[in-house]
Amino acid sequence: MRWKPRGGSMPGTSSPAEGAGVSASGARHPSWQARDRGTGRWLVSGPPLAYLLVFFAIPALIMVVASFTPPGEYGGLAPLFEDGKANLTLEAYERLAGDPIYWEVFAKSVVYAGITTLCCLVLAYPLAMLVARSPRKYRDLLMLLVILPFWSNFLIRVYAWMIILGPQSALSRAVNAVVEPLGFEPVSLLFSSFAVLVGLVYVHLPFMVLPLYANLEKHDPALLDAAQDLGANAWQRFWRVTFPLSLPGVWAGAALVFIPALGIFAIPDILGGTEDTLIGNLIKQQFLETRDWPFGSVLSIVLTAIALALAGLAAWVSRPRRTA
Amino acid sequence: MALLEIRNVTRRFGDFAAVDDVSLAIEAGEFFTLLGPSGCGKTTLLRMIAGFDLPDGGAIVLDGKDLAGDPPERRPVRTVFQSYALFPHMTVAGNVAFPLKMAKVGGAETDRQVWAALEGVQLAGKADRYPHELSGGQKQRVAIARALVTKPRVLLLDEPLAALDAKLREQLQLELINLQKDVGITFVYVTHDQTEALALSHRIAVMNHGRVEQLDEPSRIYGFPRTRFVADFIGHCNLFDGVVAASAPSGGGSLVDLDVAGLGRIRTLTQASVPAGSKGSVAVRPEKVRISSSVTQGADDNHCAGHIRDFLYMGDVTMYVVEATGGQRVEALLANSEAGRTKFFEAGDAVEAAWRFDAGHFIPG
Amino acid sequence: MKRSWALYAAAVAGYLFLYVPLVIVVVYSFNDSRLNAEWVGFTFDWYRRLFANDEMIQAAVNSLAIAAVASLVSTVLGTMAGFAMHRYRSRLLPVLVLTPIAIPEILMGVSLLLFFVLLNFTLGIVSVTLAHIAFCIGFVAIVVRSRLAGMDESLTEAARDCGATPAQAFRLVTLPLIMPAVIAGALMAFTLSIDDFVITFFTAGAGTQTLPLQIYSMIKISVTPEVNAVSTLLMLLTLVLIVLASKLAPGALRTS
Ligand SMILES: Nc1ncnc2c1ncn2[C@@H]1O[C@H](COP(=O)(O)OP(=O)(O)OP(=O)(O)O)[C@@H](O)[C@H]1O
Ligand SMILES: [Mg+2]
Repeated sequence: MRWKPRGGSMPGTSSPAEGAGVSASGARHPSWQARDRGTGRWLVSGPPLAYLLVFFAIPALIMVVASFTPPGEYGGLAPLFEDGKANLTLEAYERLAGDPIYWEVFAKSVVYAGITTLCCLVLAYPLAMLVARSPRKYRDLLMLLVILPFWSNFLIRVYAWMIILGPQSALSRAVNAVVEPLGFEPVSLLFSSFAVLVGLVYVHLPFMVLPLYANLEKHDPALLDAAQDLGANAWQRFWRVTFPLSLPGVWAGAALVFIPALGIFAIPDILGGTEDTLIGNLIKQQFLETRDWPFGSVLSIVLTAIALALAGLAAWVSRPRRTA
Repeated sequence: MALLEIRNVTRRFGDFAAVDDVSLAIEAGEFFTLLGPSGCGKTTLLRMIAGFDLPDGGAIVLDGKDLAGDPPERRPVRTVFQSYALFPHMTVAGNVAFPLKMAKVGGAETDRQVWAALEGVQLAGKADRYPHELSGGQKQRVAIARALVTKPRVLLLDEPLAALDAKLREQLQLELINLQKDVGITFVYVTHDQTEALALSHRIAVMNHGRVEQLDEPSRIYGFPRTRFVADFIGHCNLFDGVVAASAPSGGGSLVDLDVAGLGRIRTLTQASVPAGSKGSVAVRPEKVRISSSVTQGADDNHCAGHIRDFLYMGDVTMYVVEATGGQRVEALLANSEAGRTKFFEAGDAVEAAWRFDAGHFIPG
Repeated sequence: MKRSWALYAAAVAGYLFLYVPLVIVVVYSFNDSRLNAEWVGFTFDWYRRLFANDEMIQAAVNSLAIAAVASLVSTVLGTMAGFAMHRYRSRLLPVLVLTPIAIPEILMGVSLLLFFVLLNFTLGIVSVTLAHIAFCIGFVAIVVRSRLAGMDESLTEAARDCGATPAQAFRLVTLPLIMPAVIAGALMAFTLSIDDFVITFFTAGAGTQTLPLQIYSMIKISVTPEVNAVSTLLMLLTLVLIVLASKLAPGALRTS
């Protein structure tokens, strides 16, 4: 064999197969690692798995069992086995199904969460749009400013509205200065459904801005130029281009607001009046006050089911699709 | 015995065989290239040699030892990654020292070897830089120094020059040739750039759809492509399909006369014997085809009349597309070696294309 | 360009809506009046009272201790989880890691309450810490996994290629490269733990106070600007932690 490397001039001109693509090895899942089913895998995933099994999965299972157990004599649960046989009952489920009061609470929670979601959407959209359309170097800072309040303590954020809506606050006085001369009773802003909704919107707003921004940021500005070029006015450009393209972000944001809003108990507790009892308050009541754990568990399971179904639905609607 | 043997290696992803029953024997000290279009399985094969992936069938044998049970860190094989894969949190020296540290080489010895390796790629002055402070070519050199510092038996290079611009690529090609000569380590080089493969390699394996189509020296790959795919993939090639009219033994092979539609009877050479009536093609490189405006008879065994359909001026050469009177298209490449336009033809000019019978090459099938 | 002015105005209104309430809390913490109604004069009195309030100090100590332990443990476990989710195809782990984040907090709170009580586990600092670890793991895991996803896989391969065992490759290459995300995750976990109210509310039992529990009982019973003072301090701490985290791992906060 002739093993002398040749360099330099080539016989003929041959067009090199340029641009045939780069190696994909960086992007794909390393199969040698995926095949690694040995000790390394269990050393790494074992501890978090074990922890979450004990402190998340097992408590959840206990709750399912608890929902089928009769309540104990002094609250809590009756023993699971009595006289050698399992002590199971559908009582708690029947109670939920049989009493429309509970369904009203569920319905009210859904309505509150729905209104909260809508208000968040209306407030978040301009905010997300402004950040997405501002110069790239400011975007991170502007987003950080949206996220920061979310990271401050939840109770503080609710408490802030206690001050703003309180009877002696400037806002209350201003409202009553208008209302009273017209012959109405003085209104109390605090301890009302209005206060609960304001609190819900305030606490959940960043959850809506985040996915909206993530979506809007990816829009190609050329699309709007093209639409304008084709004669669409600003209003049409928004409703026919921007908004439809942002729908996955809208759905994701709706899920992120709606689901936690559904389970909230502290906001009605602090800002609401007596009629503002939501599922969260009901659950809290069952566990801490009436100590009817089976019924509390049933309520929690129904809430979990609703939350997971909605999360699944949102993940499905906002699944990544081809965008032009 | 060959240093590195690939024995009937197959790798499937689902139903799809990315590497399909490949066998290769790579000699010690060889500059061996895997050449093929994108997606033909080059990287997959290389990753199996390095140990990042495991074959579904077959064996990879180094120095007579099956590597199947060895994880990447225990194989005396190093990889130069296309993305360079320099550790961004380590300096150039830290990167090059990394394999030595893993091999538990002592401090002073490590320093000495790092320095020598960086010297070898002319980067001794950049030892304290971080990868992001280097140019593409410098990163490439660091990656090579890191891979060579522990003197592996085999160096695997996956399209190491693909991300560099043409000028730098040419310069690094020369450096690679010299480096390989100096260190004497076996290189297995992956590229989809045939020019690069021809320029660098001792031997080339041309791959397509996970299989090796031809394994040969560069000049033979270029001059005597064994399959239509190879003829087409490596450079430009005229491929005339036809039926063997007659075949006569000549020297080691045979002299074949082929009836080609739109061109007539073409004479060519082949190593094997071909029965009359079988199908095949003649491969003729465009630079072997000469064209002239006058009809010449004589030494050239194949000639056909026609006219210039198109031409592509490429600076050093011009590619003419001749349409033969029968309708067949013949490409001819003429060097623009003389000043002025002495050799120029215009589109529509009546010409005659001719090539020697031994310039062509018969491909069965 | 009329519309962009409308957009601008709406967005400014959005920012005002986000920040004015928090600013009011801070401003009234310096107000020389028992009522959060109008500005009377400047004082540090509420802060002075805060530091003289033994219950409050105890709650702060508890909160910090819980947050320290919870963030430490959840960072270790969360990093492992994030790594495992990136590296191995597993069905169970992502479900266990992500569901606690996806469902309303109260559910985890009451199920842990059931769990601890049925096990006869005394509710207190330990049960709260165990609960906090469980929900912080997911946040750390998400941050770590997204950092790993952005990392060039061939770096790990290069380490193995250079002779490193899987453990060495992790320690010498992967870990240093994901460290900013790990630290950001730890800071996030610390913040989440110190701010958590709902899960703490159910798992703390009667005798144990944390800062959020203390704030809750204060605003339920008697609102004084002392709440504003403790809120201001807590917000300051959170602000520092989160700005640090966002510097270390840009985008990390958004993943949650
Ligand atoms: N982990 C994987 N899973 C599924 N398919 C894969 C995987 N790795 C490679 N393939 C497929 O195997 C084929 C060969 O891939 P490979 O990366 O070896 O090609 P290549 O010859 O290196 O191409 P290129 O020149 O583009 O780098 C491709 O079609 C690719 O899509
Ligand atoms: Mg490749």
